[in-house]
Amino acid sequence: MNIAANPQRATEIQSMTRSDTPLVRFQGVRKSFGELEVLKGIDLEVKSGEVVALIGRSGSGKSTALRCVNGLERINAGELTVCGRTLHDGKVDLRDLRQDVGIVFQSYNLFPHLTVEQNVTLAPRKVHRIGAKEARELSDQVLAQVGLSDKAKNYPEQLSGGQQQRVAIARSLAMRPKLILFDEVTSALDPELTGEVLRVIAKLAAEGMTMMLVTHEMAFARSVADQIVFMHQGRIWESGKGDMLDDPQTPELRQFVGNGL
Amino acid sequence: MFGLTIEQIAFIFRGAGWTIVLSLLGFVGGTILGLPVALARASRRRSLRTASGLFVQLVQGIPLPVIMFVVYFGISIGGYDVPALVAAGIAMTLYSSAYLGEIWRGCIQAVPKTQWEAGECLALTNTQRFVFVILPQALRIAVPPTVGFLVQIVKNTSYAVVIGFFDLTYSAKVINNSTFMPFTVFTLAALIYFAICFPMSVLARRFERRLSRN
Repeated sequence: MNIAANPQRATEIQSMTRSDTPLVRFQGVRKSFGELEVLKGIDLEVKSGEVVALIGRSGSGKSTALRCVNGLERINAGELTVCGRTLHDGKVDLRDLRQDVGIVFQSYNLFPHLTVEQNVTLAPRKVHRIGAKEARELSDQVLAQVGLSDKAKNYPEQLSGGQQQRVAIARSLAMRPKLILFDEVTSALDPELTGEVLRVIAKLAAEGMTMMLVTHEMAFARSVADQIVFMHQGRIWESGKGDMLDDPQTPELRQFVGNGL
Repeated sequence: MFGLTIEQIAFIFRGAGWTIVLSLLGFVGGTILGLPVALARASRRRSLRTASGLFVQLVQGIPLPVIMFVVYFGISIGGYDVPALVAAGIAMTLYSSAYLGEIWRGCIQAVPKTQWEAGECLALTNTQRFVFVILPQALRIAVPPTVGFLVQIVKNTSYAVVIGFFDLTYSAKVINNSTFMPFTVFTLAALIYFAICFPMSVLARRFERRLSRN
């Protein structure tokens, strides 16, 4: 069933998620690439309005876990529920799911042949079928949210890396998602450009957007995340509030935090 | 002029006109057939890739004059008497669609996979992703090699002489047969071919430079 076309059902799901049902629930999720098992039984819940930061070394499975949430990777075992849809039974309509779950990539992946405004409004125009006037208003609104109102007519190549990443965030916001995934969104940026992107994400968090972010910015994770999840060798090694970084319970996290700070 | 009469020179130029007509037929036909070939070659469906790959290999493995013969006499065996222009047009279409299909497949695949992924994550359908995200970027990449291939089409129309199509090469041959001035006549033909092709190669190179600047 197309939920976007059925407001009553959409409201039902919203009221469902607003109660105690988490927006994302991993239960014993496993994922392998060929012989290599990268997720070895993940249990995790993300409630509506919550910000969850996934940290860990490269290869710990954090990006894979994130990509499972919007169906970019299919899980091999366990149960994964996202925005009221089950992703483990192979029946999910991915296009439908992705209208609720946005993602921002490390390499921005903006459309180079389109202006900023066209980048932001392409999907709302084609998927939600909004008109030209509505699209312009939507673009103005989301670009203001990321502080780039004056760049609507520019092409991506005319912007700095930090600005491009903020456009990518605006593009995701324009679909009015219930949840946004951030996959190492500052890893490709120079240190002085990282701040402007992190400030935008922090602002969204403060406005109540539900997010999962894979990040190497420990200070940022500590200050913004409601829940920090430390992954190691395909498992959740430790998780807790921001202060868990001050008092690691495992040698792995202690070492990771020690190297990171 | 150069020992040739105005009428003889005009005759050669008339042949040049038909060379341009056949080139256009080959390009238009090659585009119409080449686009589906490119799509099939880049398709995720194995059967489409194999079928289109076979077609491309077949055409690229046969010399163009032989294709001309096969098409020309193949149609006659079927009991139809077609003008050489039609047979040559079909042969040029087959020939250029195979090469353009391969060129454009490369252009489609040159667009980074992450662009497909970005479109996918915005809930666009496969068709929407292709039309609004991939195709515009592939087209930009495709302009220089496509214009470059036009030059090949123009030059290779000269093979149509084997089935008696009246083009620049044919008309030059006819004038040579009556004047016995092969060097003058074929130098003139060469200059006309060059005059048609040179602007296109310049254009192709200019497009290429503009693309690499962006």
